[in-house]
Amino acid sequence: MRRIITATVQNRSGVLNRVTGLLQRRQFNIESISVGPTETEGISKMTLVVDVEDSQKLEQVTKQLNKQIDVLKVSDITDKAIVARELALIKVAGGGQLRSEIKGIIEPFRASIIDVSKDSLAIQVTGKPEKIEALIELLRPYGIKELSRTGLTAFLRGQQPQVTEMNSYSLLK
Amino acid sequence: MNVEAALAIQTSTAPKTGADLLIKSLIEEGVELLFGYPGGAVLPIYDAIYRARDEIKHILFRHEQGSIHAAEGYARITGKPGVVIATSGPGATNLVTGIADAMMDSLPLVIFTGQVATSVIGTDAFQESDIMAITTPITKHNYQVRSAGDLPRIVKEAFHIASTGRPGPVVIDIPKDISAGEIDDSDLKSDFFLPGYQPTTKPNPLQIKKLAEALSKSRKPVLLAGAGVLHAKASEELRNFAEKHSLPVVTTLLGLGSFPAESPLSLGMGGMHGTYTANMALYECDLLINIGARFDDRLTGNLKHFAPNAKVAHIDIDPAEIGKVVITHIPIVSDAKEALCELSSQSVEPLVHHEWMEKLEQNKLQFPLWYKNNDSDMCPQWLMRAIHQATNGDAVITTDVGQHQMWAAQYYQFSEPHRWVTSGGLGTMGFGFPAAIGAQIASPESKVIAIVGDAGFQMTLQELSVVHELKLPIKIIIVNNGALGMVRQWQETFYENRYSHSVLQSQPDFSMLAESYQVRGIKVTSQEELLSVLPDVMAYDGPVLMDCRVLQQENVYPMIAPGKGLHEMIGVKE
Ligand SMILES: Cc1ncc(C[n+]2csc(CCOP(=O)(O)OP(=O)(O)O)c2C)c(N)n1
Repeated sequence: MRRIITATVQNRSGVLNRVTGLLQRRQFNIESISVGPTETEGISKMTLVVDVEDSQKLEQVTKQLNKQIDVLKVSDITDKAIVARELALIKVAGGGQLRSEIKGIIEPFRASIIDVSKDSLAIQVTGKPEKIEALIELLRPYGIKELSRTGLTAFLRGQQPQVTEMNSYSLLK
Repeated sequence: MNVEAALAIQTSTAPKTGADLLIKSLIEEGVELLFGYPGGAVLPIYDAIYRARDEIKHILFRHEQGSIHAAEGYARITGKPGVVIATSGPGATNLVTGIADAMMDSLPLVIFTGQVATSVIGTDAFQESDIMAITTPITKHNYQVRSAGDLPRIVKEAFHIASTGRPGPVVIDIPKDISAGEIDDSDLKSDFFLPGYQPTTKPNPLQIKKLAEALSKSRKPVLLAGAGVLHAKASEELRNFAEKHSLPVVTTLLGLGSFPAESPLSLGMGGMHGTYTANMALYECDLLINIGARFDDRLTGNLKHFAPNAKVAHIDIDPAEIGKVVITHIPIVSDAKEALCELSSQSVEPLVHHEWMEKLEQNKLQFPLWYKNNDSDMCPQWLMRAIHQATNGDAVITTDVGQHQMWAAQYYQFSEPHRWVTSGGLGTMGFGFPAAIGAQIASPESKVIAIVGDAGFQMTLQELSVVHELKLPIKIIIVNNGALGMVRQWQETFYENRYSHSVLQSQPDFSMLAESYQVRGIKVTSQEELLSVLPDVMAYDGPVLMDCRVLQQENVYPMIAPGKGLHEMIGVKE
């Protein structure tokens, strides 16, 4: 199962290495990892999308992460009310009249063209991973020359549903 | 100004270099002893050690691996961090085995490695190695010092991390410019705050209650005691708890000594070469209370057959160990001592488990450890009993890894805690002898015996120099079967006697070898000879190496073959 895990860490050298090394050593598959500073100086947040076999393995991931001295907090937010986004840059072949055709395709995705050259154009899209995947599929026939994705970043919504028995729904499922 | 006065000023002035500051921080931490080996990148540190020679002792080993295993022996006996220093590059990589060993067996170590100067890190400079990356998976934590001013804090943090919670090794990598650089230490702070490291030491009362209730209902309870009991210095509490409810106790390999072997409640060691009674108790119990053991695979055997009918309670200071491999019904994150105290204050209905206790007693009588003895040759199991007898069961025993280790574990009956030093999790050959050096230093009054194999001893024997130099009265007993015994046994049992590279074709004369290091060496080939020299050897006030020629064909039994369950032991007494 795919889970979204966030880890708040102290921004010290080696912490990223420790986290990724540990996941690799314990045979947890990382689908994506994104890291960046937070509102607090010296504190960074990592968003990990991992693929684990079962809940016992999942518990191990969070426990092993928590055990690291520089890791302050680990949360599995998969089943919470969250906002989760990813950004992708897609370079597609296409000049001349193709350009307006592509424009038509990307518009419903609220993606934008951020660079244009004689025979290619670069598109930026943000959203949930499945939205990005859908756009990639639509653009594929035009010839994707280059693709770069940031990996997911996410946090909890300001308001969480009060129900304790929340159906486990996932943005990734 | 005369020379003396000048010297006095020189030594009384505040630290001058990062290295002086480091040594000062160590002294403030209460460190009296360093286990080390010098080299280019730590020359400034060694210079500071020279300046502080009246306040801190340093022991020069003959290989970095020897120094770190000695530090492990020291840590195992004292519970205090062993402090190790090595140079960059090869010095640091020579420590890797010991660091991994300490990580597996939760031993507190603080390790200082030299590093090339900050300005050339990353350029493949002479004797540069990325020891941070190399040691990340085998340390509890590691640091590279970026500014000498951070040293007092980092040293304090490192000792705290190494010795609290679940202990483990911490590496501090110090670039040469940092240790050599001048520093004004007048307003340096060593305060630290580690928000990400707050080990839970007190048990959750609700869970304790649950455990007490489960105990009340249990008909077949068993306690499993691991090294966590020893780290927490909770042997007395364990004993009180077990005796209060008359609970049978199985110990792990590393937990030996946490519960007195001679107690009627003791079932002995569990696991691959444990007793039949201990393993069947784990297999048949309806309540398993694990205190400070990590359900290592050498203990559990095939997990499918591990305590299949039991409710499992697990007390451990490391939450990540709970539920890692065995499904746990009552998880208790706590220091073993705290949990045992809390448990003892709970009211528990008098247990109805006499049938169970009778059955265990029956098993003990019917299926004890056994071996075939003859009066002339030296049987290794017999040798262990002879050592036990000659030391009144009161020695500190260190072992290497292999058959002799298992025989020592089976036959040296420990009645006291902190007398047993062995490499469990990593199973490191070469550990036993240098560990004895650390143990003897830690406990100068104790009789320290290193029981080693003829192969493993050859991995770190160069430390005989240290034994002689420090006049440590260690008794080295080589259980010499002319083979990599444990490998030979597996090849005999599982590979149809194909002895591929497990029988030694050439060996030194160990007693002469010892003599060349000015250590008394004796060769013993029969039981009779052993009995005649042993009292003298034990009474001798200096180091002795005894080369004991034992039967090569002897195997360690009983045994749980790999992949088999606890109830499938082979080689049980008929
Ligand atoms: C560093 C290292 N290399 C290899 C092994 C694998 N191994 C385990 S026991 C053993 C044989 C040990 O032989 P010896 O030291 O003579 O002890 P014995 O088993 O004969 O008592 C070997 C090679 C190991 N545990 N450690």
